[in-house]
Amino acid sequence: MSDFPASAKAVVIGCGIVGNSLVYHLTRLGWTDVVQIDTGPLPNPGGSTGHASNFIFPVDHSKEMTQLTLESQRQYIEMGVNTECGGIEVARTEERMEEFRRRMASAKSWGVDSVRLVTAAEIKEFVPYIDETILLGGFYCPTVSVVDSLRAGTIMRERGIESGGLQVFANTDVSGMDVENGRIRRVHTSRGAIEAEVVVIACGVWSPLLAAMAGAHIPLTPAVHQMIDVGPVPRFETSSSAIEFPIVRDMDVFMYERQDGVGLEIGSYAHRSILHDPEEIPSIEEAALSPTEFPFTQADFADQMEHALELMPEIVGDESVGVKYAINGLISLTPDGMPILGETPEVKGLWSCAAVWVKEGPGVGKSVAEWMVLGESHIDLHTSDASRFHDHQKTRAHVKARTFEAFPKTYGIVHPAEQWASERGLRRSPAYEQQKVLGAEFYEVVGWERPQWYNANAPLVEQYGLEQRPAEWDARWWSPIINAEHLAMRENAGIFDLSAFAIFDVKGAGALDALQHAVLAQMDVPVGRVVYTPVLSQGGGFKSDLTIMRLGDQEFRVVTGGAHGMADRKLFSDALPADGSATLVDVTTAWTTIGVWGPKARDILASVTSADVSNEGFAFGRCRTIEIGSQLVLASRISYVGDLGGELYVPIEQGGRLWDVLWEAGRPHSLTACGIGVYGTTGRLEKAYRAYGAELETEYNVVEAGMQRPKVKDQGFVGKEAHLRHREEEPAATLCTLTVDDHVSAAGVKRYPLGREPITLRDGTPLTDAKGRRSYVTSAGAGPSLGKYVLMAYLPPEQAIEGSQELAVEYMNERFPVTVAVAGAAAPFDPENERIRS
Amino acid sequence: MKLLVCVKRVPITGGRIVLTEDEQAIETRHLGFAISPHEECGVEEAVRLVEANGGESVVLTLGPADAEEQLRDCMAIGIDRGIHLVTDGEEWDPEATAAAILEAIRADEAASGPFDLVFFGNESADSGGFQVGLRVAHALGRPCATGLKAVAVDGGLARCEQEIGGGRDVYELPLPAVVTVLEGLNLPRYPSVPGRMRAGRKPLEQVTPVRPDSRLERARLVVPAGESKQAEVLGRGPDAARAVVDLLEQIGVAS
Repeated sequence: MSDFPASAKAVVIGCGIVGNSLVYHLTRLGWTDVVQIDTGPLPNPGGSTGHASNFIFPVDHSKEMTQLTLESQRQYIEMGVNTECGGIEVARTEERMEEFRRRMASAKSWGVDSVRLVTAAEIKEFVPYIDETILLGGFYCPTVSVVDSLRAGTIMRERGIESGGLQVFANTDVSGMDVENGRIRRVHTSRGAIEAEVVVIACGVWSPLLAAMAGAHIPLTPAVHQMIDVGPVPRFETSSSAIEFPIVRDMDVFMYERQDGVGLEIGSYAHRSILHDPEEIPSIEEAALSPTEFPFTQADFADQMEHALELMPEIVGDESVGVKYAINGLISLTPDGMPILGETPEVKGLWSCAAVWVKEGPGVGKSVAEWMVLGESHIDLHTSDASRFHDHQKTRAHVKARTFEAFPKTYGIVHPAEQWASERGLRRSPAYEQQKVLGAEFYEVVGWERPQWYNANAPLVEQYGLEQRPAEWDARWWSPIINAEHLAMRENAGIFDLSAFAIFDVKGAGALDALQHAVLAQMDVPVGRVVYTPVLSQGGGFKSDLTIMRLGDQEFRVVTGGAHGMADRKLFSDALPADGSATLVDVTTAWTTIGVWGPKARDILASVTSADVSNEGFAFGRCRTIEIGSQLVLASRISYVGDLGGELYVPIEQGGRLWDVLWEAGRPHSLTACGIGVYGTTGRLEKAYRAYGAELETEYNVVEAGMQRPKVKDQGFVGKEAHLRHREEEPAATLCTLTVDDHVSAAGVKRYPLGREPITLRDGTPLTDAKGRRSYVTSAGAGPSLGKYVLMAYLPPEQAIEGSQELAVEYMNERFPVTVAVAGAAAPFDPENERIRS
Repeated sequence: MKLLVCVKRVPITGGRIVLTEDEQAIETRHLGFAISPHEECGVEEAVRLVEANGGESVVLTLGPADAEEQLRDCMAIGIDRGIHLVTDGEEWDPEATAAAILEAIRADEAASGPFDLVFFGNESADSGGFQVGLRVAHALGRPCATGLKAVAVDGGLARCEQEIGGGRDVYELPLPAVVTVLEGLNLPRYPSVPGRMRAGRKPLEQVTPVRPDSRLERARLVVPAGESKQAEVLGRGPDAARAVVDLLEQIGVAS
């Protein structure tokens, strides 16, 4: 081993699966000065990789996770450490079979085509030692595999070393980090201090401790996953290979069983949530096994033994087969279940590559390396972005509360709109109490309690002749009241609480140039203009979309969705000039926002202000301060629901008063309180407004989304070069609005897809565009004023034809015919925008 | 036959031992618990004797409430029932321990007849007093053989083999008797899953004895300097092959 260097381009801390993958890909992409360290020995330094179960089920409802997993599997295959054995998720209940039908849809949406549903008898053929009589069927994936993650790690480190760009130091403790002017400067280790431009924390369950050394946060918690090994199994002693039989996931009891040589490994996510603190993890010297293999707690495994015995009596019931190994293995869990990747928002140059499991490790390593070296990853990592957390989400109490709640759902059937029970009521809008009186059904987003609909509006359901959805799954976390509120807004007016917006003020002599460089749209507009704009990646994909108000020559207000707010804050902070000529201040909790839209919105507003709010006096796309009683209100005439009206901003402590004033003024005009069900779904979809994270991702460009403007501004901006290129190309796909022609299933029940389902030909053939992307439903919801159910999807050019009736949406393993209502960005409702501009 | 095995819950110390701040105990925050390898062999022997001869095996421990885990582990192997002398977690000295066990044995024997054989580990894995088995045997007035590597029962006799330098001493003890055994007596089995499940349902009697004043006072614990882990590099690449083969032959796994 060579002498420990005094400096490096990058220091990667951690020799688990993801650290090893990252250093390989960094050197592959051309970095020549990478140092990797770990406190433990090699090849197994004692983290979670060392005791991982090492199997890969590629299909996940999350596109990002599926893409990372598929990329990882591709790399494991290339390294020769992937053993394909197939895998079957088995169902003991009809609910689970329904979940498998959903999984079929996700598989097709993300391009995993080899999967199929199997009968109990077929499962028995695959796994002869199973008791199929307790099963209803299964979800079979032939590409499920077992990998050698330690061997893969060694191969990747060796490749890095062979490139000449990597030095690896095991048995090296980190004792501290120096941060200077908000940027990482050096790492102190037991071999000496090392200066680095970039430091990556890839330390799994220990990551929060390392981050804290630099004043940053990596909000994950070590949690227990129990597993035991039984053997020797007589049947396996004669099997043809170490892994001959498919892995079985016994989904309804949250367990898995897999052959491992002559043994059977039984793993469980069924036990109580057992969370630890990173400080509790013993040192390598103190640990009886490895630091992350905690003593097995037998009492937590009692039910699991019964369940394993039920499923595999021949093996588990064999008195000669002993329990040879049993651990409480530590794994990393995050509050939202996704990894934590990217530069930390607190410290420039300090990156997180944590909460990554073996199944996605190499894909993450590659993607983060691309992000570090090239500025952008080929897989969109926004749901894993380390900068996504709001302050409260970084606290240990929050991390523990959410992971405690989520752990039992590891193999659970989780509805896409499912709400958290824990950590509620943290952020309440100023009109929270008024909304409670109206029977608000609160949904949570980044801590905010937002009314999804108001139960006080229930009588409107009958008034408008609306129906509940007949299938329980489609009706779960939904109410026909949403559609009723929508129609009431379109008929009269609706009032919306939009307190969850994230709001940043960018000010200073350099503000205009900074914003100009950050976003696509022309920002050198007159004071009082509101600009809606995409924010692009270097490759011309979507990093965000938001509105910016020009409040003064050197003063801009950025307004964006709360969910993505912290990532946007980092994006704009990073865009500030180095000379300090512009500053960003997060004013999210200084302002609250109330929206009023509908044909009567102007009448309502006019009744409480002396300001000229006529179309001539206050045109669409303008903002200015008006007086409402004794309140100075920043009014902004824009709309995300496609109706006349706008957003009203007041200091947050005055929000309750403004709500009351508008509510009273609205009474004569039948003003209806409307929830986010209208704002985020029905109103938006009728207008074909795109949403970040649904339609807008880095995988798609502005032209494909149908959002190109007639001209491109002269000024430079991030992604301009790519954007200009995209304007010259034929788009590989076009974002379209589709409507469902027939909702009735084979069983005669009306079904309503909820989003992310594949769009196929009527015979079920999936659609793949020239870039290899599948067509799938990016957003789904009712269009009550259209009388149609609306889907959005990117379609290849040959399918993006208005009026086309060749397509179907696949939902619950059935196909429902759809029509292409609009190809491109035009709205199916009020396409001329007469309402908004009236 | 009616057999008793006495066991003690001790921490599994695979790594460096850390003491509590007051140096009165081992820091067990990170540690799992087990019984000693000697006692595991005693449990296995008792189970085998009952399997071969019929009868009943009983496991007994004096320890905290959590020591039920070790009793269930023994029952998972095949022991029929357990007696738990529940303590508040304080360490009992060998004299007090022996007295409590003696009382429990007398109570059980009064209820369901004498134990033909009482097994102890030769010494506990943590405090290593080497006394409890002998004290109980003496108090019961029964013959006792210690440090055994083999125990066979034939008629009313227990044939006991004690390892000594260069060979074995063999004793024949008339039953009822007390034996203390060593690791290597047999190869203990792993519990099966059905065994584990049965263990949870087997009878477990709990008694709470009163701890007498200790006549031994512990000053403090000290972790001996001991030998640190040492690695010897036998060679690199193919050149290492000869040395590895030699070593494997030396330790008897290759010839």
